[in-house]
Amino acid sequence: MSMEVEKYIASGILELYVAGALTPEQNLEVQHYALQYPEIQKEIEGIEASILKLTESTSPKMQGNGFRKISAELDDIIPFTPLESRRKTSWGNYVGWAASILLAVGLFWLYSENRNLQSEVEISNQEKLDLEETLSTTKDAIARKDFILEQLRNQNVSVIALGGQAVSPTSYAKVYWNKEQNSVIIDAQGLPEPPSGYTYQVWSLTLDPLTPTSIGLLDNLSDEGDKLFALENSNASEAFGITLEPEGGSESPTLEQLYALGTVGR
Amino acid sequence: MELDNLIQQFQQKDKAAFATLYDMYAKNICGVINVILNDPERAQELCHDVFIKIWEKSDQYDASKGRFFTWILNIARNTAIDELRSKTHKNQKKNLPVDSLVGIYENSEDLNDKIDTIGLQSLLKGLKDKCILLIDMLYFKGYTQKEAAKELKTPIGTIKTRIRSCISEIRKNMA
Repeated sequence: MSMEVEKYIASGILELYVAGALTPEQNLEVQHYALQYPEIQKEIEGIEASILKLTESTSPKMQGNGFRKISAELDDIIPFTPLESRRKTSWGNYVGWAASILLAVGLFWLYSENRNLQSEVEISNQEKLDLEETLSTTKDAIARKDFILEQLRNQNVSVIALGGQAVSPTSYAKVYWNKEQNSVIIDAQGLPEPPSGYTYQVWSLTLDPLTPTSIGLLDNLSDEGDKLFALENSNASEAFGITLEPEGGSESPTLEQLYALGTVGR
Repeated sequence: MELDNLIQQFQQKDKAAFATLYDMYAKNICGVINVILNDPERAQELCHDVFIKIWEKSDQYDASKGRFFTWILNIARNTAIDELRSKTHKNQKKNLPVDSLVGIYENSEDLNDKIDTIGLQSLLKGLKDKCILLIDMLYFKGYTQKEAAKELKTPIGTIKTRIRSCISEIRKNMA
């Protein structure tokens, strides 16, 4: 016998079960275990046997004809129901069948109503989720714009205009550099869409000697509605340049593909 | 399993099955009523009424709620307690004498011609008064575990462990 079963039996809950002293939930629990473990069922029967013995011993001496008297009384209670109802059976049958059919139709109707309501609820839930997502995206976008606007208005920000170079003379870009916070915002509005497989890479440059340091990529330029990119820059930059590089960026700039360049004003 | 079939037939208003159940449990039901009323003649009358009730309510028995014996025990207790209340005009279970089993046990010499006192004495041999009292409350008076704990000012867990050891003693006495 497992420890748990033994412990359960020893707890005394089965004695209370036989007494009818448990809550309905506890009764169900005992029943469940009794079905699962024969030892528990056997113990319940053992307890019941002892209570049967005990209650029997407190019984008054019984008269032998006890059940005959009961049986006679039962005969008085039962008979008149069947006779009356038998005559009406066939009529009753029709009514019964009709009622069953009505009930079945009614149940089916309720079922399909319920199904419809359920799918409506599902659609509503989906719409709600969509709206929530839109709301959350919008909130993010607003927060981003607030941040950018704050950056642009910050008095510590220097604005560097980058002009188009040989490969694309009409290109331009702007860098908003906050030296205090080591952050730059690139406005890439004036750059053409990069061919697929390529991306723009932003470089911080010191001029003497010319040393480029990558500060980030302008990935997914075509997806970014406002074409504004926030990057970090802790370099003592003297100029910024933007080159077109294979996706993922390059170690050093491909100077033939220099799209925009501008020096930091002193 | 046999008992299950019998109960099923009884629930389908099979009188023969009911007669068998009566033979199995009549003494127990009358015994419980007798302990509550402490009046063997009246107990026999009520016992009869209880079996009529059991027949009338047969469709209300639900095996998922407990043993068949527990169900009829409960009907018997309620009927007897109602009788006692209507006599004494008291409405609280706590106003019932809770020591009637103790009383019957102690006075069993005098009752010898009315009940099977030798059986009772041998079953309760060696049991402490507080055991007999608890058995009386739980099996004969229908106290719930919670009500018994409250009445005896005892933690609810103690009721469980105590009744376990009390019934174990009876079972030892039976062996």
